[in-house]
Amino acid sequence: MFESILITIATAATPLLIASIGELVVERSGVLNLGVEGMMVMGAVTGFGVALATGSPWLGVLAAVLVGALFSLLFGFLTLTLVTNQVATGLALTLLGLGLSGMIGESFVGLPGVKMSYLYIPYLTDIPYVGKLLFGQDPLFYVSILLTAGVAWFLFRSRAGLTLRSIGDNHTSAHALGINVIGIRYLAVMFGGACAGLAGAYLSLVYTPQWIENMTAGRGWIALALVVFASWRPWRVLAGAYLFGAVSIGQLHAQALGIGVPSQLLSSLPYLATIVVLVLISRNRRLTMVNTPASLGRPFVPDR
Amino acid sequence: MKKTVLSLAAAAAVLSFGSMSAQAATKACFIYVGPIGDFGWSYQHHKGLEEMKAALGDQVETAYLESVPEGADAERAIERFARSGCNIIFTTSFGYMDPTNKVAGKFPDVKFEHATGYKREHPNVATYNSKFHEGRYVQGVIAAKMSKAGVAGYIASFPIPEVVMGINSFVLGAQSINPDFKVKVVWANTWFDPGKEADAAKALIDQGVDIITQHTDSTAPMQVATERGIKAFGQASDMIKFGPTTQLTSIVDDWGPYYIERVKAVIDGTWKQQDVWGGMKEGHVVMAAYANMPDDVKKLAEETEAKIKSGSFNPFTGPITKQDGTEWLKAGEVSDDGTLLGMNFYVKGVDDKLPQ
Repeated sequence: MFESILITIATAATPLLIASIGELVVERSGVLNLGVEGMMVMGAVTGFGVALATGSPWLGVLAAVLVGALFSLLFGFLTLTLVTNQVATGLALTLLGLGLSGMIGESFVGLPGVKMSYLYIPYLTDIPYVGKLLFGQDPLFYVSILLTAGVAWFLFRSRAGLTLRSIGDNHTSAHALGINVIGIRYLAVMFGGACAGLAGAYLSLVYTPQWIENMTAGRGWIALALVVFASWRPWRVLAGAYLFGAVSIGQLHAQALGIGVPSQLLSSLPYLATIVVLVLISRNRRLTMVNTPASLGRPFVPDR
Repeated sequence: MKKTVLSLAAAAAVLSFGSMSAQAATKACFIYVGPIGDFGWSYQHHKGLEEMKAALGDQVETAYLESVPEGADAERAIERFARSGCNIIFTTSFGYMDPTNKVAGKFPDVKFEHATGYKREHPNVATYNSKFHEGRYVQGVIAAKMSKAGVAGYIASFPIPEVVMGINSFVLGAQSINPDFKVKVVWANTWFDPGKEADAAKALIDQGVDIITQHTDSTAPMQVATERGIKAFGQASDMIKFGPTTQLTSIVDDWGPYYIERVKAVIDGTWKQQDVWGGMKEGHVVMAAYANMPDDVKKLAEETEAKIKSGSFNPFTGPITKQDGTEWLKAGEVSDDGTLLGMNFYVKGVDDKLPQ
């Protein structure tokens, strides 16, 4: 039972983690994209549709990643090339995504989807207590962990990552050094979109393999909050996503046990826990300042 | 320039008003709490709308708004409909109760129909609801027959009378077969969040229940039950496609006949305030085909359904003991509708503390 609870927590945390990691890279480059929810739901509908049409969940995932990236390109074009307001454009992207996905998915409603199968390695998956947890989950779970490690390495151990962070901290200086600010930001935005698309595909192919309108149910917003919660550090995003998942699942178990705490209070626990940790983290203001991308959300128009 | 625009706008307004009074079509408007693609509650209401539209044809014009949050936002949505020339507005969720009555006070000429509520503060507000608990009683009977553990899991939305009534009815049905039957309740505190509903189902199964029933709107719990190899009941629509080997039956809401009747009443000018609570007898509550169960259980389910349908049996017939051990109904006593519609207590056998 304990193992099965841990797996449930991992399933709840994985979509948040994937979307957050993508948004983290976007924000590290100094762009605030509030359209995560919209890109996610577009990924969900695309993943579902393509998997249904081809019978292959992997093609669905691939399509979702591509559509997520393409959809974010719209945001990139508006905010980076036309220098529109990032907050407003991001919100518009979310609204557009929710509406558009509902329209695309109209004929998918009520159809059972394709479910991605779990990993199975002979002997290893059969190990009692930990086998399924470590070697028997859905493939995207492993992708999410690798993604976190990859982004952590890229941002803090590679030259390209340093360049990306320098743009996020001061785009004017980076531009003066001859760095292609807009170009790199485009790439970051597209990476964020691809991750959000992948997170959406996770929902419609693994978490609840079906298409229902608005099925992201606010997870994109939680992913956005997690980035701030993690003070823009990849491993902290992972910790935050799992904390959030653990408290959400824990409160359901507490209810099923009938412990008699009001369910409204229990339901709000994941959010309360997030706020408490956020307060604890931000006690050290200097450390927070160091981690916050200084150019976050500021428009950039290169001078000649 | 500005003046021209203004006068043009004024002219357009006059024109549109003119055309509105000229056309005879009655406008029926609907407000849904979820997306029409939820394959549950809102989906069925929208099916009712389409049925009504097909039946009344040119006489009626329709409009709807989906995913309208309950509360202050709803008031704006309802008011916008009232202003836009709707003759009758159906607000289809419990949480629209106060906003509906508030707007109704401002628009005495527009008819309002609020689903699942009990407040009719103005003569132009009617309420309607279905006795879903009749179906839940039948489900309880089936659950007690099918469950080996003797415990069912119940995924609930919000602690409102409607939902509490359903839980109690389910328990009573189950206890009519197995007096020791227990129900574990998890409150999702949402009508619609597939992920959370799936998580709730997993949590319940991990704690040993082997039947899942839900009062939330998505098909996610059905899929989890299929994956874990246990049985489940559908909600609001027939969800057999999501659990061909899982769904025992489902309570299907059929709003079509009611919508046809009420919109027709507006057209004929015979609309009156009323409070309708239709059940199996009136055809508002329909059970999906009984599946995945042995023949004797199926027979028992059909008999129970027939008994309720004929009106010879009410699920809330004594003796019934409340959760705290006090007696609620004496043997043979039948609960009045008022108590049911304001139900805020559990009966014996519910393994949960009711959120107040």
